Order: sequence, then structure tokens, then C-alpha cells
Amino acid sequence: MNTTWSRFNITSITFGFAFLYLPIVLLIVFSFNESKLVTVWGGFSTKWYVSLFHNQGLMDAAWVTIRVGLVSATVATVLGTMGALALTRYTRFHGRVLFSGMIFAPLVMPDVITGLSLLLLFVAIGLDRGLMTVTLAHITFTMCFVAVVVQSRLISFDRSLEEAAMDLGATPVKTFFQITLPVIMPAIVSGWMLAFTLSLDDLVIASFASGPGATTLPMKIYSQVRLGVTPEINAACTILIAIVAVGVIAASVVNKRREVQRQLDERAAQRG
Amino acid sequence: MKSLGSIRRDFAPWNDPDAKPYIQFENVTKKFGDFTAVNNLSLTIFEREFFALLGASGCGKSTLLRMLAGFEEPTAGRILLDGQDLRGIPPYRRPVNMMFQSYALFPHMTVENNIAFGLKQEGMPTPDIEKRVAEMLKLVKLEQFAKRKPHQLSGGQRQRVALARSVAKRPKVLLLDEPLGALDKKLREETQFELMDLQQNLGLTFVVVTHDQEEAMTMADRIAIIDKGEVMQVATPAEVYEAPGSRFVAGFVGNVNMFEGKIARGETGPASIDAGNGITIQTDNAGNATAGAAVTFAIRPEKIKVSSKKPQEAVNAIEGEVYDIAYLGDMTVYHVRLDDGQVVRASTMNAARVTEDPLTWNDRAWVSFRPDAGVVLTR
Amino acid sequence: MSNIAITDTTGQAVPAKPVVKSFAAGFVSRLVILVPYLWLLFFFLVPFIIVFKISLSQTAIAMPPYTPVLDFRDGVAGFFAGFRDLNFDNYAWLTQDALYFNAYVTSVIIAAISTVLTLLVGYPLAYGMARAPATIRPTLLMLVILPFWTSFLIRVYAWIGILKPEGLLNQLLLSLHIINQPLVILNTYTAIFIGIVYSYLPFMVLPLYSSLEKMDYSLIEAAKDLGCPPTAAFWKVTFPLSLPGVIAGCLLVFIPAVGEFVIPDLLGGSQTLMIGKTLWNEFFANRDWPVSSAVAVILLLLLIVPIVLFQHAQARAQEIER
Repeated sequence: MNTTWSRFNITSITFGFAFLYLPIVLLIVFSFNESKLVTVWGGFSTKWYVSLFHNQGLMDAAWVTIRVGLVSATVATVLGTMGALALTRYTRFHGRVLFSGMIFAPLVMPDVITGLSLLLLFVAIGLDRGLMTVTLAHITFTMCFVAVVVQSRLISFDRSLEEAAMDLGATPVKTFFQITLPVIMPAIVSGWMLAFTLSLDDLVIASFASGPGATTLPMKIYSQVRLGVTPEINAACTILIAIVAVGVIAASVVNKRREVQRQLDERAAQRG
Repeated sequence: MKSLGSIRRDFAPWNDPDAKPYIQFENVTKKFGDFTAVNNLSLTIFEREFFALLGASGCGKSTLLRMLAGFEEPTAGRILLDGQDLRGIPPYRRPVNMMFQSYALFPHMTVENNIAFGLKQEGMPTPDIEKRVAEMLKLVKLEQFAKRKPHQLSGGQRQRVALARSVAKRPKVLLLDEPLGALDKKLREETQFELMDLQQNLGLTFVVVTHDQEEAMTMADRIAIIDKGEVMQVATPAEVYEAPGSRFVAGFVGNVNMFEGKIARGETGPASIDAGNGITIQTDNAGNATAGAAVTFAIRPEKIKVSSKKPQEAVNAIEGEVYDIAYLGDMTVYHVRLDDGQVVRASTMNAARVTEDPLTWNDRAWVSFRPDAGVVLTR
Repeated sequence: MSNIAITDTTGQAVPAKPVVKSFAAGFVSRLVILVPYLWLLFFFLVPFIIVFKISLSQTAIAMPPYTPVLDFRDGVAGFFAGFRDLNFDNYAWLTQDALYFNAYVTSVIIAAISTVLTLLVGYPLAYGMARAPATIRPTLLMLVILPFWTSFLIRVYAWIGILKPEGLLNQLLLSLHIINQPLVILNTYTAIFIGIVYSYLPFMVLPLYSSLEKMDYSLIEAAKDLGCPPTAAFWKVTFPLSLPGVIAGCLLVFIPAVGEFVIPDLLGGSQTLMIGKTLWNEFFANRDWPVSSAVAVILLLLLIVPIVLFQHAQARAQEIER
């Protein structure tokens, strides 16, 4: 390859990643700042983390967020997987166009519209706003992301695996649970993780759909940010970033190991 | 005709009018939308037969196999297995098993669990399953690989697992979809003989789909040549090669030279064919072609002799010019352009290391053949 | 033989009996379609109808704060009687107040400019990644996805500390004597552009990367071999082939950016105008549900063409993968 292009590539990658990561790195650095001023370095300290854990409001919000996230991600994974199966396996049924539209539209729909419309639905059916409504709202918008992730795995799924199982005497239902589900499980797991983090992240839809007593962490952070930037928020953000980063990196390291092992096995198999 | 039977000399139920057919396709048609994959096709396969469906890709041979396995239902007609109509019986209730082209090994299961899968589905007791799996592993010589996952195996080993899995249930019929397609040439040749032994030892009926004529010729008792969803000919490998029933079959299997002409005289027996441009071909057997009928005389390259002088004793000898020579080691292929422009392909075994009087490019040469060397085709 | 006998002892054919089974299978498959379908109908489509209905209602000091409240308490006749009170007054109001019109136009322009900027930043990055050695590509991909997993709010918040007048960017530029006066970036449209480009960059890079990575590099070699200089080869071969990725990426950035709330609210301050923020204020500050519903309906109408385009692109990408 042409070397000038190669240099260009390295430069663009470097700048791109610097742009992506610098703000996050600065945010983390300043969470350890002794000074109350977020932008002036006053020495290393972990006092903001200590005060964070004594902030009952933030802790409560974190607990609400986790509960909403776990329940909504799980239900969304079930519904999203069903949706993906419906889209890939049944190529013609009444209203399929509408169905695929309803799967893809929420991916790009502005949050304010989704939030407002769900709120108006909850009011119309007389559902009291709280944990329940936030959870329902999160299920609705995250299930579409799950559906897209699982669907892309199902498209590349070798259908002859299912035919082989049926040929060997497994009924369609058994085939699904013994063959299809285990094979697409990695995609379902990453769909769940995506749904969970989207739920943890969401501010706008939760603000519309939640009511008193169901303040989520992003809502809490948002209301404090509006009052001004504080190192305590930096600390809270750092913890959230750390949890997600550890999770994602661990998952990808495990994946990578498995992939390497697989390649070694394959090479050994070719030789033996 | 002499000695155009099966490779298994005593096995020819298709010649026995009392033999009971095992698998019957009766006027089967399969349409996918506007596309007709199988068109009003009838076919009979006998018990313990090694039967090959041979055809180019998209000819409908795989559809036939999938209809037998139960993955597709015929649009019209019916399929009988051992006298029973298979219509409406789902694949998981049919006593046939299939070996898939992609092998379709379950990636999340070990070799032994793959083999045990079908046995578990029918609720066989665990000790029996273990016994059968061990037996199968021994059969395909994979005992030490029982605990491996499919991705830890080489291509040849995967193929053997797929085979073991599909015969583990002792199906009445084993269907093989391009069973050797993914193997390299050398392994493919070895495995062909292994498959034949296996079929003999287990006494099963095999139906194999292949696009590789050599594979079909090597393994099968009989071959059905399929084109555009229709059967062109069903016959033993030797018949297909030496007595093709149509121009299509003659051209599809192996190399062939064809002369278009008219029967000049003679009927249902020895005849002479006027192939135009002063070429007359004498043949022993013109089949049922009548005088004046337009026919094709088809002759295989290895049955044509090339020489620099006109052979004295030859009944059929035509003069031309050597136009191309391909030396292949075991044989040499000559392309001789006849005076009317037609190119004849002739091959000669290189039985001796040194040839006297070698022919070379642009030499005048004679092609000659015996009156029983070719066949007369009317279709 | 151990397999299931399909002929009974008398040798007579047993009629096939998959009827019950196939009914069960049919029931299961119907369930697989119906459950998510009904869920989305009820929680995604029906709400839009309600939004539309409320956008035709009047504000009221009540709970819910609009009238008429259509319900069946007054019987079917009462339900339909309520329709007479519906009208397009809120839409008329939206056209009379220039604020709304300006907010719509500004949102579309900001989203469009941000999309182009994101493409300009994202394309070289995606290109560099696709041409990187195959061994480090998965790592680079993970590095692009990782910020996407961290909170959107946090990533926007991080920029406040950088862009403030006394923030890190100004400190750096002042200490390097590039500027003498702190730049005012926070609470301007520039800050919104930075925020959108930053937050949506992964959405642009991923589809670009996947279309560039799939591309056969020998195509460019062939172009060069046929006498095309590198730059021309890029514009004549690489770029046209990556167009599906460009379109998908642009739509993934443009559509949500038009209705963006968090970025204009936190980085744009009170001076900037965007429709997502207007809707939010109308709803939470003014508690005017009918007007915010009307704003949402218009916003949806604005986005319907790009959304349909997006779905079309998705469906086509699927067809190709099949």
C-alpha cells in the first residue's frame, strides 16, 4: 500500500480516537480533584467518591435505575428476540411492512417524541406514573435494538442446522430450544447488554414516563448538572464509566480468547 | 447388450419385474412460485440400492432429496416409501436421515452429542445411546475425538461425524447431499470407497445427490440424470456411459463426438448413416431408427483410433488433419479436423513409453473406429 | 429397527398424523409474531394516535390538562360528541408564533450541518480503521463502540468542563498565548455542533466502517493499474462503493439530531433554539400538553421522509446479506 496513505490513515485514527476519548479522560481525571472547581487542579483526592456514597438521593436513584434496567432489559430481550424471529423467519404475514417499520423506527425516533407519546398513553389509560411506567417505556424502545442485534445474527444462521435437527427427529419446538437458541445465544446476550445500558443511559424518555418516587440516575445527574458542574457528578460518572468499561472489555477479552483458542484448535485439527 | 450391468454382479432388482420398489416418485411436480423445480417426475429406487441423482446445479436434484426428507412438500404427485404415502409426514417423523452438504454439525455440541442427538430424540435409554455412539465412532474411526467440538476437527473428520450422525438412527434410507463436495480431490477419492463399504456393511438404501459425474459413476448402482426438473435417463454407470439414451446424456457424461446424419439404409440393426460431405458411417445397431430418420451418431474419444495411414481393415475411416495435441501423461488427446471442418476428439492410451511414427501438428491423419464403437441417438 | 415405524403390523399405511403438531407449531409461530407486534402496536403506534388527538385538543387547568378527554364514561354517543371539540387551533398557533417556525428550521439546519461535520470526521477514521492491519481491527472497532456504551448524558456533560469560558480548552489556548481573551464557546451553536459530532460519531463510523471493510482492496489496485491516481481512485471507486454506509450513517445521525434535547439544553444554553428543547419546555415548563403534542406531530412529519428512507436502506441491506 502507498505509504503516504498509510500515514494519513494513522493520523486520522489517532485524531479520531483522541477526539472520542479526551473528554472522558479529562472527566475521570477531574473526579480525583481536591478542589471544588472542576477545571482547576488542586491535588489528588478521593473525597468526592466518599461524599458520593453519602448522597442518599443519588444512591436511591442508582438503585431505581438498576431495577428498571434489569427488568426492562430482560423483558425487552424476550420480546426483541421474538420480533427478530418474526422478521427473519416469516417472510410474509399480514402487516409485515408495518411490523418492520415499528421495529426500525424507534432506533432513530427522537427521544422527546417517544417520551411524550408514551406519557400521553399512560395518562390516557390511567396508569399512575412511576417505576412501572418507566419500565414499560424502556422495554418498548430497547426491544427494537435487541431485535436488530438478534436479527443480524439470524440472517447469517445456517438453516440446515435446524433441518438436521428435525431430520434427526426433533420437533420444531425442541429444535428451537436445543439448536437455534443455544447457537444465537451470544447475540441474545449482547442484545441484553445493549438494552441494559440503553436503559441505564436514558434521560429523556424516563423524564416523561416517570413520576414521583421513580427518579432514575440520569434524571438525578441532569438536575444536578443544571445547577452547575461539581466534582461529585464527575465521580458518579467515573463509576458508571468504569462499570461499563470493565463489562465491555471483559466480554471482548473473553470473546477474543475464545476466538484465539478456536483458531489454534482449527489449526491443530488441520495438522492432526 | 453385454456386460453393461451393475458393478455388483448379483444385484439388479431393476431388471426383476417382481422386485418391490422401495422409494417411488409418482408424477411429482414441485413449483416455487412461477419456477418449476421438478416437473412431473417419476422414479423408482429399490431397497439396498446406492442411487445417485446427477445433474448440474439448479436442475432440481436437491429439491427431490428435500422432498424425500420432508423439508418440501410436492405441489402435485406423491412420494411413497415402502408402500406408504409420505404426504403430510413432517421430517421429524420420517424414517429417513440426511447428510447435509454443509454437514450442519451442531456447533455447540461435542462430537458424541452430535451423534447421540437423533437417538435422544426417539427416547432411547442412555446406556443404549452410549453403546450406539461408541459403535458409530468406531465405524468412522473417530474414537479419540468424541469430546471435541466440530470446530476442532478437520474437514474430513467433520464429514465423518456428519455421516456417523446420520446413520446412527439406522434409517431406512440415507440421503446424502453432495457428501464429498467440500473435500479435496485426494480425500474425496478415498471417501468414495469408504461410503460404498459402509453402505454394503449396513445394508442401507443410499440416495446421493451430486454434480460430479465421476463420483456418481464410482459409487452408484444406478444413476438418474436430471435436467430442468426432469429425468433424462436412469441406468447403471456403464449404460449411461456406453449407451446414453439421448444427446443430452451423451454430452453430459464424459466426452463425446457427435455426427449428425440420416439413416441411409438398414432398419433396427446394422445400418449406414449418411453424415454429409461424403462421410458414411457403418454401425452395428441403429436401435429403432428407421430409414431416412435424422439421427446423431455418438462415439467416445477413446474408441477412435488415429493413424497416419488409412487402416486397411477399418470399416469406418475418415481423413483429416491434426489440429491440436494434448499430452496428459497417461494418454494423449488428438483433435483432428475433418475435411468438412468438424473436429473429432480421439484419445490414445500411452501404453508404451516411446511411440513410433508419432503424429504432430498439421499432419494428415485418419480417424477410424469399429462399427460397434458408437451409438445411434434419435432424441 | 429402532426408528419410528410408519406402517403398522397389518402392513396398511397409517394415515399421517401431524395435524395436532402442526397446529401447535402454527400456534407458536403465531405467538412469536403476535406478542411483539401487539406490544409495539400498543406502546408505539397507539401513542402516536393519542398524540395526534391531543394536539387537536384545548389546554385546560385539570388533570389531564386538556379537553375534551375522550372516554366512554358518557357512552359511545358522548365519545363521538367529544370529536366536535377537536380543532386545528394549536397548529394555527404554531404558524402564528415565529418561535416555533424558527425552532424547526434551526433544528433541521443544525442537524444537517452536524451530519456533514460528523461525516467529515468519521470518514477518515472509518477509512483508517478499515485499512488497518486485520489483527488490530477488532480492537479499533471496540474502541469506537465503547463510548457508545457509556452514558450519553455523561459524554455531553464532559464537554461543559472543556468548553466553559474558564474551561480546559480556554486555559490551554491562553497558556499557549494563542488567544488573549477566553473564547465563548459554551452556550453557542458551535458547542451544539461539537456535542452532536462527538455524541453521534460512533453511529457514523460503524456503518461506514462495515461498508469500507467489506470492499475488496484489489478494486483500488485495479483502478491504479488502469492508470488512475490514488485521489481519483478514491473518488471514482472507494467513495461510490461506500455510499450505502454514507447514507445509513448520515440518516442515523440526522434523524435523532433534529429532535435532540440533551445537547442543546446542556451545551447550547438558553440562547439557542432547537425543536426538541422547545417541546420539552412547552411540556415541562408551560405544561401545555396540546401544543407540545402539536410540536411533536409536526416534528414527526418532518422526519417521516428520512425515517422511511432509513427503513428502506435497512431492508435493502438485509436483502443483500441474505
